[in-house]
Amino acid sequence: MLWQQLANGIAIGSVYALISLGLTMVYGILRILHVAHAGIYAMGAYVGWLSFRLIGEFWVSLLIGMAGAAIAGYLVERFLYTPLLHLPRIAPLIVSIGLFIAMEEAFRIVAGPHTLAYNARVGLGDLSIGSFHLTETQILILLVTLVILIFLWTLLTKTRTGLAMRACAQDAETTSSFGVNVSAIIAVNFLLGSAMAGAAGVLIGVYDNQVWPTMGSIPAYKALAIVVLGGLGNIPGTVLASIVVGLAETFFIGVLAIPFPRDAVAFIAMILVLMFKPYGLLGKA
Amino acid sequence: MISGYLITILITIVIFAILAHSLNIITGHAGQISLGHAAFFGIGAYTSALLYTEAGLPFWLSVPLAALVAGLIGALLGVPCLRVRDDFLAITTMGINFVVEAIFLYIPFFGGAMGIGGINLPKWFGREMTKPEYFFLILIVFILLLLLDRRLGRSWIGLAWASIREDDQAAEAMSVDVVRFKVLAFILGSAIAGLAGGFYAHFLTFIMPQNFGFGQSIVILSMVVFGGIGTRWGPIVGAIILGVLPEVSRPIMEYRTLVYGVLLLGMMRFQPGGLLGSGSMMTTAFRRFVYKPSRLE
Repeated sequence: MLWQQLANGIAIGSVYALISLGLTMVYGILRILHVAHAGIYAMGAYVGWLSFRLIGEFWVSLLIGMAGAAIAGYLVERFLYTPLLHLPRIAPLIVSIGLFIAMEEAFRIVAGPHTLAYNARVGLGDLSIGSFHLTETQILILLVTLVILIFLWTLLTKTRTGLAMRACAQDAETTSSFGVNVSAIIAVNFLLGSAMAGAAGVLIGVYDNQVWPTMGSIPAYKALAIVVLGGLGNIPGTVLASIVVGLAETFFIGVLAIPFPRDAVAFIAMILVLMFKPYGLLGKA
Repeated sequence: MISGYLITILITIVIFAILAHSLNIITGHAGQISLGHAAFFGIGAYTSALLYTEAGLPFWLSVPLAALVAGLIGALLGVPCLRVRDDFLAITTMGINFVVEAIFLYIPFFGGAMGIGGINLPKWFGREMTKPEYFFLILIVFILLLLLDRRLGRSWIGLAWASIREDDQAAEAMSVDVVRFKVLAFILGSAIAGLAGGFYAHFLTFIMPQNFGFGQSIVILSMVVFGGIGTRWGPIVGAIILGVLPEVSRPIMEYRTLVYGVLLLGMMRFQPGGLLGSGSMMTTAFRRFVYKPSRLE
């Protein structure tokens, strides 16, 4: 029972990590609260769903969903955020909220208000050891998250692009004076972050076997809470916070059976941590 | 005699104008963004509704107490958030909105999904107020709030807010107590939202958790952004236009949320000052064709 809850919590936490990482990367470099990131996540799910319906191959639909989300994220950065960077920070935030609710409405109008089934068979099979049971989609989530995290870690620590990304997050102006093309690095941040959100959208679509217009509503604020928990802009902190929230939700609701909305757990955890560690779990003042 | 339909719209517009005005104190005057203003609206509505139906307090007590409770909760939340970083308030208020809606929805004391009914319009001279009388009551309260706002804007509090809005680090260097004034703006804005909630509950006579969700917060924010953040008349113009728009056009009612989203996005992208902000199309046209101020502002 305990191990089962642990596995469920980590699977959910992995999806949160995929969504929140893009958010924290965008905050790290542009200091924008990218609320519309949850719209990009839903976009990835819809693009993935559509390509799955057309092609019928899950892995291809995952890649197309990620690509669709990445392109959408890039366009948002180029045409909405970058032109507003000289304004007070409230301006891009309001644009982001406007975009997010407009996207949700657009999904509802284009694809209909009902849920769409995304019953992709991956061919991995379920895993059962005694009473411990992992479903196929849980294995899928863990696998995809692991691959993406290893890729991101390698990129950030082993390559020149990754070095430039970390430098930009610290101080974009100084980095620019060293001859780094900051605008290209910002674009890379958005492409990568949005692709990860798109992957999360596809994974949740398959996990819940549905894609629906408001699927981004809860992640929109839950991912923000996770990003704050991890220390805004802190990548390892965000991964840790995602897993902590995933586990906390599963344990509070599954084990203790407290009659409380599970989606409020992340937020309450955030408030509690902020009281004692104002810069997040791994944040530095 | 004004028809019942018209008076209903008028009262709704005044309530939303009060809400937009209260958000403008937080966002426009002090430059802090609150994404969960409907939560305080809801706290006010539920407080006055419960005090009226459960404790039997009259309207004249339940509504001021609603403002007090909303202000206190605003203080409780504002102090930890505003002490840390300016971005935290946006995130926390957004979350607060979901939590408050969930509390109203899940805890039986607040009536659950059925909400609270049996709230009435206030009594005076031994009888219940008519709707036009109620309209004038809240209009007078609104005008008083605007006068208070004008008074505050000219006082040192208003100056401190302006300095924080423009550059809070510079304000800090000039020994303005930044956190205190941010919290003050947040408490005042929350309390006035609570007051609007009390008016709303007694007008609708029946409230439900759905009236106070995140969508409602976006509606209030749209009004402020559309009219012009930080201007005195902008939020009122926003509340009137966005309040009347869905009534006069049914297709807009259908795509209301989409309209609000596109409006927020388009307005900030192309007219960040809003309709009445400095440098906006309307203000520039007004200056050019109608009225030329003698001095530069």
